[in-house]
Amino acid sequence: MVKKLKVDCELNPFDLLSEEIIFDILDYLDDNPLDKKSFSLVCRALHTVESRHRKVLKPLRSELVIRSINRYPSVARLDLSSCPRISDDSLAAISNAYKSCLRSIDLSRSRFFSNAGISNLAVNCRFLVELDLSNATELTDSGAAAISKASNLEKLWLARCKLITDIGIARIAIGCRKLRLINLTWCLGVGDLGVDLVAVKCKQIRSLDLSYTTITNKCLPSILQLQYLEDLTLMGCLGIDDEGLATLEKGRTSLKTLNLTNCEYVTLWGLPYLTSRVACLSHLNLTNESIVTEAIANSLQNLPKLQSIKLDGCHVTCYGLEAIGNCCILLKELSLSKCSGVTDKGLSFLVKKQKELRKLDITCCRKITQISVDNVTKSCTSLTSLKMESCHLISKEAFTLIGERCHHLEEIDLTDTEVDDAGLMSITRCTELSSLRLGICYNLTDNGLVQVGKLCRKLVELDLYRSMGITDLSIATVASCCPKLEMINLAYCKDITDTSLVSLSRCSRLSVVEIRGCSSISSVGISTIALGCKRLTVLDVKKCYNIDDVGLLPLANFSRSLKQVNLSYCSITDVGLLALANIACLQSMTILHLNGLSVDGLVAALLACSGLRKVKLHASFKSLFPQPFLEHMESRGCVFQWRDKPFQDDVDPWGWRHTARMNANIMYLLDEV
Amino acid sequence: MDFDSLERELKMDFKEKLYSESWNSSSLGNDKLKSSMTNICSQKPQLKWDDSSSPDCDMMIDSPFPKFNEQSESLSPRSYDPDNQITMQDQIESQARGMLVDVAKNKDWDPQSMLSNLSFLEQKVHQLKDLVNFMVDQGSPVAGQQDELVAQQQQLVSADLTSIIVQLISTAGSLLPFVKKSTLPTTSPLLGQLGGTGTSSVGGMSKASQHNSDGSKGLCNPDQNKQMIDCMPDQNCAGKTNHSHLMSSFDDHESKDEDDGGEGDHLPPGSYEVLQLEKEEILAPHTHFCLICGKGFKRDANLRMHMRGHGDEYKTPAALAKPPNKDLSSEHMLIKRYSCPFVGCKRNKEHKKFQPLKTILCVKNHYKRTHCDKSYTCSRCHSKKFSVIADLKTHEKHCGRDKWLCSCGTTFSRKDKLFGHVALFQGHSPALPFDETKGTAVSAGRETAETNNSSEGNNIQNVVDVKGGADDPGSYFSPLNLDTCCNFGGFHEFPRPPFDVPEGSLSFFLSRSCDYNQKNGSAPSSDDAFS
Repeated sequence: MVKKLKVDCELNPFDLLSEEIIFDILDYLDDNPLDKKSFSLVCRALHTVESRHRKVLKPLRSELVIRSINRYPSVARLDLSSCPRISDDSLAAISNAYKSCLRSIDLSRSRFFSNAGISNLAVNCRFLVELDLSNATELTDSGAAAISKASNLEKLWLARCKLITDIGIARIAIGCRKLRLINLTWCLGVGDLGVDLVAVKCKQIRSLDLSYTTITNKCLPSILQLQYLEDLTLMGCLGIDDEGLATLEKGRTSLKTLNLTNCEYVTLWGLPYLTSRVACLSHLNLTNESIVTEAIANSLQNLPKLQSIKLDGCHVTCYGLEAIGNCCILLKELSLSKCSGVTDKGLSFLVKKQKELRKLDITCCRKITQISVDNVTKSCTSLTSLKMESCHLISKEAFTLIGERCHHLEEIDLTDTEVDDAGLMSITRCTELSSLRLGICYNLTDNGLVQVGKLCRKLVELDLYRSMGITDLSIATVASCCPKLEMINLAYCKDITDTSLVSLSRCSRLSVVEIRGCSSISSVGISTIALGCKRLTVLDVKKCYNIDDVGLLPLANFSRSLKQVNLSYCSITDVGLLALANIACLQSMTILHLNGLSVDGLVAALLACSGLRKVKLHASFKSLFPQPFLEHMESRGCVFQWRDKPFQDDVDPWGWRHTARMNANIMYLLDEV
Repeated sequence: MDFDSLERELKMDFKEKLYSESWNSSSLGNDKLKSSMTNICSQKPQLKWDDSSSPDCDMMIDSPFPKFNEQSESLSPRSYDPDNQITMQDQIESQARGMLVDVAKNKDWDPQSMLSNLSFLEQKVHQLKDLVNFMVDQGSPVAGQQDELVAQQQQLVSADLTSIIVQLISTAGSLLPFVKKSTLPTTSPLLGQLGGTGTSSVGGMSKASQHNSDGSKGLCNPDQNKQMIDCMPDQNCAGKTNHSHLMSSFDDHESKDEDDGGEGDHLPPGSYEVLQLEKEEILAPHTHFCLICGKGFKRDANLRMHMRGHGDEYKTPAALAKPPNKDLSSEHMLIKRYSCPFVGCKRNKEHKKFQPLKTILCVKNHYKRTHCDKSYTCSRCHSKKFSVIADLKTHEKHCGRDKWLCSCGTTFSRKDKLFGHVALFQGHSPALPFDETKGTAVSAGRETAETNNSSEGNNIQNVVDVKGGADDPGSYFSPLNLDTCCNFGGFHEFPRPPFDVPEGSLSFFLSRSCDYNQKNGSAPSSDDAFS
C-alpha cells in the first residue's frame, strides 16, 4: 500500500510530514515487523526515519550484529539472545556505537565475550539499566568487578554464573547501588556473606532470586530487612530449614511473592513462622513441599492478602484443603497440579468457600469425580482458567456442566479425559475461549469441534493431539472461523490430509504447526502452509513419510521465520536440507532416520545454516563427521544431541492411550506406596 | 568542687603520713626531715588549690620535688662531709621551693619551668658525682675495715640515683597533656622495685646486694615512705598519678612482647635474682668462645666438640660431658630472671611494673623485637619486616595465603571479617585475588587497542574479520564457502563447553522475522538479520 503511494504521487507527501509525525505513525506499526520493513523500503528518507525510530533491536545472526547496529543509531534495548557468538570486539563496537543511549542488553544466550568486553560496556554505556548475563558460565569475579562499573544498573541477571563468588557479588553490590532486581540462580559460588552484603548495600531491591544457591539461614534476617522487597524466590535452597525460619523476628516486610519450591527442609512446622513474618504476601509457591496438612494450611491465616497458592506436587490432605478454604479470604488462583490426596470432599469444601477463584489447576488429581466438577462449576462461576488434564474418573456428563455454568472461561485443558461432543457443545458458550486443549480425547468427533469452531472465534491455541475422531471437515471450519489461530496440534490424527493444511493456510497468524504421524499429508500440504503462513516458526512433520524435497523447497523460500523444525522419518534428501539451510532464523533441527541423507550433504547443510543452535542427529553420524567440523560447529554455538533410537513404526493408534494410562497408573501407585 | 572538705581530708592524710613517717624514721633521729615535711605540708595544699582549673598539671610537676627535697635531706645525716652537704642541701631546698612557686604560677606547662627543672636535675647529678668522687677518695684507704660503711655508701648512691630518675620521669610526664586515672600501685611493688633498683644501680654485685638489702632495711624505709607521701595526696585530690600514666605509655611500647615469657609466673618481687645482660652481649652472634683459638660458638656443646681438636685432654669423657648446672648445685633456691638493658622498657628492672624475662633466649628475642631495627623483610609481600629470623619464617609460611584484601589495603585473615568491614564502610570493596586482576589488566589493554582500531575504520566488519582470523575459528567458514568443509585445521581450542538451549526457550520469539526479500534469499543481508 505504501509503495503505491510513492508511485502515484508526483509530490512525496512524506516530505510535508515532520519526523515526529512519522515517528507517531511508526508507533502504530509495532505489531507486525513486516510492516516496518515495507515502510523503510519506500524511499531513502523513510529508511533513515525508520532507522532512527527503532528502539528495540534483536539481531538474529551474530555476524550481522555490527552491520545492524550501524544502521540503527538510537537503540535503547538490544536483545542478543539469538546471537550465540558475541566477541569482545562486537561488544566494543556496540558500546562505542550506542554510548549513553543503550538502556538494556541481553547477553543470556551469547558466549565468547570476556571480562574486557563487559568492562567496555559498563564504562561506555553509562545509563545501562538492564543487563542479562545469564549462562555466562565463564564469568569470574573480575567480570563481576567489570559489571560493578555500571553504576546505574537496576536489573541484573546472573543465572548460572557459577564462577562468581562472594567477592564478585560484593563488588557488584557496592558498585551498583541502584539495583532493584538481581537474579543469582545457580550461582553456586555465592553464599551467605555475598547475599548479606547485597542486602546491606542495595536497599532498593524489589526482586531477589536466590534459587539453587548455597545460602543458609544466616542471610534470611538481612534479606527480610530489605524495605522494598516484593518478590523472593528461594527455589531449591537446601540450606534453609525450619530452624532458620523459626528464628526470624516478627516484623513488617513488603514481600508479595514467595517461592519456596523444592526447599526440602522447610516443612510444616517452620512455615507458620515465615507466614507470620510476611503479612503482605499475595503469591505463595510451595511446589514439592512435602505434606500440606491442616497445620500448614492454618498458618495461611496470617496472610490476609494471599491471592495465589501453588501446591504442585504436594501431598495435600483433605483437612488441609478444608483449612485452605477456611483461612484464605481472597484466593483467586489455586494450583493443585499433581497433588496426591485431593479428593471430592476436600475440593468441594474448598471451592464452596472460595467463590472468587479465577484459575484452578487440578491436573492429574486422579481421585476426583463429577462431584468435584459439579461443585467447582456451581461455586466458581467466574473461572477463567480450568485445567483438568488426566482426571480419568470424571464422567462424560459432567463436562456439560462446565460450559453451562462457567461462561468466562478463556483457557480449558481437557487433555486425556472422557469429554465427548455434548461436552464440547456446551463449552461453545464460552465465547472468550482462546486456548482449548483436547489431546487424547477419543470420544470427540467432528460434530463437537465444528460447533467450537463456529462459536469460539477467538481461539488462538487448539490442541487435538491423538484425538483421532477429528477429520478434515472440522479443521476446515476452525480454519475459516478462527482467524486468530496461532497454534494447532494435529499430531497422530490419522484422518487428517492435505485438505486440512490447505484450509489452515488461510490462518495468516499461524506460527506453530504440529502434524506428527499424519501419514496422509504430503509435500503439497506443506507447500500451501509455507505459502500461506508466513509467520511459521515451529514445524513438526515427524513421521509424515510422504513429505519430500518438493515440500521443503517452498518452505525454505517462504517461511523465513522458521526457527525450529522436526523432519525425522520424512523422505527428504540432501537437496531439501541444503535448501532449508538458507533460512536465516533456523535454530533447532531434528533430523533422525532420514534415509536420503549423505554425510557430505549433511555437513554442507549444517555449515550453511549459520544460525543453528541445536541439532538432533542419529548417533551413527558422530563417528562419520570429521572432528574439526564438530569443533567448529560447537565454536559457533551449536550443540549436537546424539540419539540412538532404533527406527520404529507407529504402534497401534487406538491402543496407545490404554498403554499410556497403564504406565501412568503404575507410576501413580508407586508414588502412593 | 568542695575545696574545703578536700583540703581537710588532705591535711588529715598528711598528718597520718607524718605520724608514720616520724615513727619510722625515729631510729635515725632525723629532726630536720620532720621539720621539712611539715613545711611542705603547710605549703603544698595552698599552692595546689590556688587554682582549681589545672590541678593535674600542678601535681605532676610539684609532687616529685618535695620528694627530692626530703630525699636529699635524708642523705644529710649519713654524709661524710656534713658541712659541705648542708650547704648544698640549702641551695637545693631553696631552688626547689622557687620552682614549686614557679610551677604554681604558670598553671600550664611552659618551657621556662621545664628549663629550670632540667638545670636543677643537672645540678643534682653533679652533686651526686661529687659525692661518689668523695667516697672514692675517702673509701679506698679504709677499705676492708668497715663493711657496713661500704654498704651504706652504696645505698646512699642508689637512693640518690633513684630520686633523680623519678624526677626525670615526672618532668617528662609534665609534657603529657592528660593524665589517666588509675589506681596507685600498692607499696609492695614499690618496695621490690626500689630494692631492685638499689642492687642494680651498684651494678653486677648481685651477691652482695642481696645481703645488703637485708641488712639495710632501715635505710630503705624512708624512701618508701616518701614515695607514699608523694603519691597519696595525688590520689586523694584528683585520683590521678603521673606514675601510672608513664607506665601506660611504656605499656604501649611493650605490648608486643607479651609472649616473651616471664608474665606467666607471678613471682613475688625479690624472690628471684635479676640478671641483666649488656646490649652487646645480647646481640653477639656467639656466646661460647674457645679459650685457645678464640672461635665463637652458639652452643656450649659445639664448643666442646671443637675443643677436641686442641688436644687429647679435651677428649676425655669428663671434658666432653655437659658441665653440671652451677646454679642448681650451689644455690638452687634462687631463681634467675632477666632484665632488659633498655631503660624505660617494661622488661627493664627499673620499670614500675617490671616483668622479668625467663631465659636468655627470651631476652634475646625481646631485645631484638622491641629495641632493634627490623632488618628481615618478607620476600613475598615485601612489606612485613622482622628482627628475628624465626618470626620471618613463621610469617612466610602464612604470607599470601588466605588473605582477604579490601580496596583500602587492609588485609583480613577471615572472609567474614572482610565482609563485615566492607559492609561498614562506604566506598570500600573487596579486592580481587592478585593473579586474576593481573590477567584482566592485560586483556583490557589489548581490548582498548582493538577498540581504537575498529572505531577508526569505517568498515568495522572487515577489521573484526581480519582480527577474528587469528583467534576466531568461526570466521573461517562463511555460509557459502562449502569447499572448505574438509579442511579443518587448527580449531582445537574452544574454551567454553556448549550449553544447552531448551527448545521451549526459543519459542518466545514467534512471528518476528519475515520473508521479505525473497529474490535474494540465498545471501544473508542485514535486512533479514533483525526484526
